[in-house]
Amino acid sequence: MRKLVQAFVTVFVISFLLIFIVNRLNAAEGYAGNNTITVYNWGEYIDPDLIDQFEEETGIKVIYETFDSNEAMMVKIDQGGTAYDIAVPSEYAIERMKENDALIPLDHSKLPNLKNIDERFLDLAFDPGNEYSVPYFWGTVGIVYNPTMLEEGRTFTSWDDLWAPDLKNQILLVDGAREVIGFGLNSLHYSLNDTNKDHLQEAKDKLVKLQPNIKAIVGDEIKMLMVNEDAPIGVVWSGDAADMMWENENLDYAVPEEGSNLWFDNMVIPKTAKNVDGAHKFINFMLDAEVAAQNADYVGYSTPNKAAMELLPEETVTDERFYPSPELTDKLEVYENLGPDMLNYYNELYLEFKMHAK
Amino acid sequence: MVKDRNWYLVPYVVFIVLFVVLPIVLIVYYSFFDIHGDFTFENYIKFFTPVYLKMALSSFWYAFLITAFSLLIAYPTAYFLTKLKYKQLWLLLIIVPSWINLLLKAYAFIGIFGTYGFANAMLETFGIGRQQLLFTDFSFIFVSVYIFIPFMILPIYNALDKLNPSLVDASKDLGASNWTTFSHVIFPLTLDGVKSGCQVVFIPALSLFMLTRLIAGNRVITLGTAVEQHFLVTQNWGMGSTIAVFLIIIMVFIMVISGSRKRGIKL
Repeated sequence: MRKLVQAFVTVFVISFLLIFIVNRLNAAEGYAGNNTITVYNWGEYIDPDLIDQFEEETGIKVIYETFDSNEAMMVKIDQGGTAYDIAVPSEYAIERMKENDALIPLDHSKLPNLKNIDERFLDLAFDPGNEYSVPYFWGTVGIVYNPTMLEEGRTFTSWDDLWAPDLKNQILLVDGAREVIGFGLNSLHYSLNDTNKDHLQEAKDKLVKLQPNIKAIVGDEIKMLMVNEDAPIGVVWSGDAADMMWENENLDYAVPEEGSNLWFDNMVIPKTAKNVDGAHKFINFMLDAEVAAQNADYVGYSTPNKAAMELLPEETVTDERFYPSPELTDKLEVYENLGPDMLNYYNELYLEFKMHAK
Repeated sequence: MVKDRNWYLVPYVVFIVLFVVLPIVLIVYYSFFDIHGDFTFENYIKFFTPVYLKMALSSFWYAFLITAFSLLIAYPTAYFLTKLKYKQLWLLLIIVPSWINLLLKAYAFIGIFGTYGFANAMLETFGIGRQQLLFTDFSFIFVSVYIFIPFMILPIYNALDKLNPSLVDASKDLGASNWTTFSHVIFPLTLDGVKSGCQVVFIPALSLFMLTRLIAGNRVITLGTAVEQHFLVTQNWGMGSTIAVFLIIIMVFIMVISGSRKRGIKL
């Protein structure tokens, strides 16, 4: 017992000493107590070198935390335990946060680099005039596939290609109600934001017929599984697809021609912010052409930054899989906030679809 | 004097009220509200629709399988442990893996069971060929049993270790076969350990949710999955709470029917 107490006391003393030393070191480097910002971002969604560069240039220390779904992020910001200065929600989450009064309006005079953003991606329906948000990355939902594991010449130009009877137990889906119900709706040529319950029911019934072809419905692990060739086909976000293709050169990606989702992740300043000025500096830094180009190169998602696109390699920005042609872009839809009732209905259907596994 | 002693109860009562009673009251309270915050019984009506009933049934079935397999493996293991020379060391080796984070273990199993993972490589060397292991009932139950088994072994081991060996000797002296000794002496006297082991495994197994996605790829849907989805995705806290209320009711029910009547071992 005495040894146990001694061990505990030793651990505590050492921990305190370490914290003290780290604090001293930080102070020596000029990080004053208040001069920090807390950034709340998706996992693996920034080049860590850029954080160092920002800290060096501005003397503001960055505390970096990650989340894995918009919903989890919103719950944490609502609870207000941590003073997040920057968050990176998707567009429908921004609408919800606006309704809940959870965002601080941006001061455009502090964001001169906003001019770098492509006009196509400014002033969108979810945030008119970019009052609260600045686009960070954008992309689509599509099909990633491994031609070496499939019969030769197979392509995925239509969502209906997934229903082919010879693809038994071959498809991985990303675990998201709107993504899955969404491509069900798209395959029937309905809108992703359809609120007609008959259409939704029809989409669910069609998805149930896809069940024999589905191997699993997974989260972020889908990247690892596709790279390890555990399955030949996956329905994923374009950015994840880019990551996978980077690691396994056999993979290819396609956005079906019926249309798909166009999504944006955007930088916002939530109500929990303590260092609003520092947050503006961070946003402006990320909008810088060179910084955005380096970040896009690292993360692999499509950047909305026009100036940065000029700095990226030619083959990247002309790759129609990730920077689709205007004809396809016209068919892409941004998720609208359908309200809690409809969202609940989507999720009920999604749960029912999942229940049909066997 | 009695009054003085009641003061010692204060921290305990505060703890119980704050962390046991209050959360349960809150869950019951939330279960009567819909997404708009209006009072309703609809969540309870919804629970009795086929979707949720089927989910409850499948949770029950998988929890039962996990408990049964754990018991089947844990009882002999615990029995042999008590016979070993360095039993404390062996016991420690069985407990150590339970200190590793659950998520970490789950990710390790994704690698082991993958198409090109270790398990399939073994199958191939034995000439059986590659099988789909990940995202099957087999892998789900295997990993769950692996995770829960220390909690089953411990109480059984304790019960067996406390068993008075002279009772076993007496049984044998009186001419009972090994099997009769086991079924009439050893097993009844360690039943309390078995019961608490089953409770400790069955109850958390009923609301497993991480493994259903990571190992079973959402091919297995339990009530835990639904609770997670309602709290995090739909923000329908009412429905999530309603499911939690049913989980609590089932758990209390299990505790009651498997409640120990304090017999045996007390020698």
